Amino acid sequence: MLKTHDLPRIFLLSLLLWFSPLLQAEQESAAFTQAAALFAEASFDKTGEAIDLLAASGDPEVVPYLQALLDGKLYQHEEQGTLVIVADGASTDGLRKIPTKNSLRRSLRAAIGQLSLSSPDASVRLTSANGLLETITPDMAPQLRGLLDKETDPAVQEALSLGLAMADLNAAEQPVRLAAIASLAGNLNPGVRNRLTTMTTDSDAAVAKAAQASLKAIEDRAELYGYAETLFFGLSLGSVLVLAAIGLAITFGVMGVINMAHGELIMLGAYTTYIVQQLMPQAIDYSLFVAVPAAFIVSGLMGILIERTVIRHLYGRPLETLLATFGISLILQQLVRTVISPQNVPVSNPSWMSGSLEINSVLSLTYNRLYIVLFCLMVFALLYFVLRKTNLGLQVRAVSQNRAMARAMGVRSARVDALTFGLGSGIAGVAGVALSQLTNVGPNLGQSYIIDSFMVVVFGGVGNLWGTLVAGLSLGVVNKVLEPWAGAVLAKILVLVFIILFIQKRPRGLFPQKGRAAGD
Amino acid sequence: MLFKDVFKQTLLVVSMATALGLSGLASAADDTIKVGVLHSLSGTMAISETTLKDTMLMLIDEQNKKGGVLGKKLEAVVVDPASNWPLFAEKARDLIEKDKVAATFGCWTSVSRKSVLPVFEEKNSLLFYPVQYEGEESSKNVFYTGAAPNQQAIPAVDYLMKEGEVKRWVLAGTDYVYPRTTNKILEAYLKSKGVDEKDIMINYTPFGHSDWQSIVADIKKFGGEGKKTAVVSTINGDANVPFYKELGNQGISAEDIPVVAFSVGEEELSGIDTKPLVGHLAAWNYFMSVDNDANKDFIKQWKAYTKNDKRVTNDPMEAHVIGFNMWVKAVEQAKSTDTDKVAEAMIGQEVPNLTGGTAKMLPNHHLTKPVLIGEIQEDGQFEVVSKTPEVAGDAWSDFLPDSKNIVADWTGKETDGKPCGNYNTETKKCSGQKYE
Repeated sequence: MLKTHDLPRIFLLSLLLWFSPLLQAEQESAAFTQAAALFAEASFDKTGEAIDLLAASGDPEVVPYLQALLDGKLYQHEEQGTLVIVADGASTDGLRKIPTKNSLRRSLRAAIGQLSLSSPDASVRLTSANGLLETITPDMAPQLRGLLDKETDPAVQEALSLGLAMADLNAAEQPVRLAAIASLAGNLNPGVRNRLTTMTTDSDAAVAKAAQASLKAIEDRAELYGYAETLFFGLSLGSVLVLAAIGLAITFGVMGVINMAHGELIMLGAYTTYIVQQLMPQAIDYSLFVAVPAAFIVSGLMGILIERTVIRHLYGRPLETLLATFGISLILQQLVRTVISPQNVPVSNPSWMSGSLEINSVLSLTYNRLYIVLFCLMVFALLYFVLRKTNLGLQVRAVSQNRAMARAMGVRSARVDALTFGLGSGIAGVAGVALSQLTNVGPNLGQSYIIDSFMVVVFGGVGNLWGTLVAGLSLGVVNKVLEPWAGAVLAKILVLVFIILFIQKRPRGLFPQKGRAAGD
Repeated sequence: MLFKDVFKQTLLVVSMATALGLSGLASAADDTIKVGVLHSLSGTMAISETTLKDTMLMLIDEQNKKGGVLGKKLEAVVVDPASNWPLFAEKARDLIEKDKVAATFGCWTSVSRKSVLPVFEEKNSLLFYPVQYEGEESSKNVFYTGAAPNQQAIPAVDYLMKEGEVKRWVLAGTDYVYPRTTNKILEAYLKSKGVDEKDIMINYTPFGHSDWQSIVADIKKFGGEGKKTAVVSTINGDANVPFYKELGNQGISAEDIPVVAFSVGEEELSGIDTKPLVGHLAAWNYFMSVDNDANKDFIKQWKAYTKNDKRVTNDPMEAHVIGFNMWVKAVEQAKSTDTDKVAEAMIGQEVPNLTGGTAKMLPNHHLTKPVLIGEIQEDGQFEVVSKTPEVAGDAWSDFLPDSKNIVADWTGKETDGKPCGNYNTETKKCSGQKYE
């Protein structure tokens, strides 16, 4: 029953209810105005104070602003001083960008992490929980326990319990500490490792011993993953070598043409990628799918042109071929310098090729390398198929083994020569697309790969595709195994010395051709 | 018949050209002052050096519009040493002997400077060298308008120590004289600041290195051992691009492990995708983004001169601006282009730099320069995060045991009356220049 004397109370209550959002808004804008005034002073110290102020407000409303500041999208109106988040491509007339620096960005990340620990989005909680690991203190343990009880997402649970164990390392009671140490055994998080390393000299002998045991388990696992990482690095370097060499394995290996312009055919492929990206700037993510066939066609046609105009006249004269193709390589380089630019050109990575696949905190495989290993295997398989299972492949092998006999059997050897050279050149172009994702695209790109390519083909055994694959991958792995203790310069020298010695012992490479296929 | 005709024609053309050339020379010697420009216009260094040639031509053009020097017009003599170090010495000799230039502005790499040094000393002519370098040199005939290590490398390390609280250091460089000497100085400096031997990792890679996987993984491991880590990079040229890309791909951001570079400037960034580089640092004495009127005017002038709105300005260009303006003032003060008189007038000369301060030529032939630290932005420009007051350039590093007692003073005040570029304050001996 509503009584008359209640009316004022109800009125007051509704008044309060009515006003409370307003009050809050006012408070929030107070933090904002103060922060805006600090931002307006355009000094990094003041910007830092403003960030602290916004973070201390504890209001989730400030998170988008902090995030925008972190992304460099927060602007300030030059006259009114209001803060504006500017979307990509929007006009910034009359606005001043608020600059940040590394230390400010670090505190921004920490503030966003703190504010979004209870965010409804699980991935946001995960990043903020992971971010907390670095700054954890024992008095945060109760708060973390509370959060852990409510948490449903397994990944976030894991991060939170790790944080809890880290917090417990500093606990006062010895059993809690020992339990925490034991639970951290084998954990690869670098923060854990560093904490345990400091605890191995703990004044409490039992704690120190437990820490040593846990640390040993961690180091054993890390070492194992270290080997896996070296193997991956080696395979990825190897796949680059194979890609660069595989076109040469056809022109030099199968046809016996010493093509010094091979590197420039790779370069043309890389430049094709650049041009494709210039033509479709809105769709960089798909550009490579266009660039691969385009590069194959460009380099392939150039290869056919070279074969028809120059090499055709020089079969069986290796010295002249070497000189002529070297001349062609210089012409192609100068052509690119004159037509495009003597400087390197920028080739972007598609977004799906950036970043890395994190297996755990010590082993992560970068996507660009991963895709290039796969791409290399695909190209190899395709080429193997063409040479072994198609009519063209049969004719190519026939002509390369015995030209006169093949012609007698009705093979048009001149056409086969042109097509084979075109195929090898086209594959070089495709390799150029892959290389454009890893290294600089410039007129000298080809020169840095020509020696490596010949090295791989000769080491693998001339005329043998499998040899090229095995040689390239194994040289890559050997190089990467040597690199950590010999340095990049010496590792390369050691590999070259090894190849010189190997060729002395086995002049025909890893997989020499036998029987009639061996020619002489 | 035909052959004879051609021969005759050729002879005619040659003799005419010679006559023209000679008369040109004769008239030039009278009413112009010649200035040599010795920068590679082809080969690997052309990318960086061509810009400096254009800068010199612009400055000379501008000075001529103001009436030249000593009432005479300036005339630029441009030669192309083609990134070929011995050719630098030949071209320098030609400039001095045949063209009789009053002064030469040129060189970029340290090896090219070492190559021309004996020529300038033998012929007693002046060279203005505009690029940051490893120090350990002071020649009577060279004015070093770029930074010495104490004007770039050491302040950058100080900044990271103070601002970033960095405790562990990776010194990564390309394998040649500038990175090796700079890293030697930095290593000694860090040790003098109490950094432990095992907290310094040194790594060298060849020119144009492109496979950075293992090195970046090592840096990541080194930085993951609990102490704040930074990379000091003397990596030169285009090897920087795959290096920064790999850092980005392995998830190392500028906040985790910042990289401070000494050879990455606006010109180098203009040709590449800068997204993976944002937040990394560079230390120079000038940035294009510095906000003041002198710099704005200079950028406007440069863009108008090159007729290209996208051209950027950089640190070695500012060094040429300072060097050229000082030379003009010194010539006017000496009322002559005689090498000894100009060299004497050069010392103590002050001209405004483009960052709002004043550059002063010191008795050791180095300049006073402010040190700026900038963070790379997405548009390829730098956001200045720290600026020091002018620092005096030190020719001989105080942190290397071999050179800490050595001073350079071409007025003789600190070297007991006898001008010397390599004076040992302990043995009181002037040992002349060491060439390498």
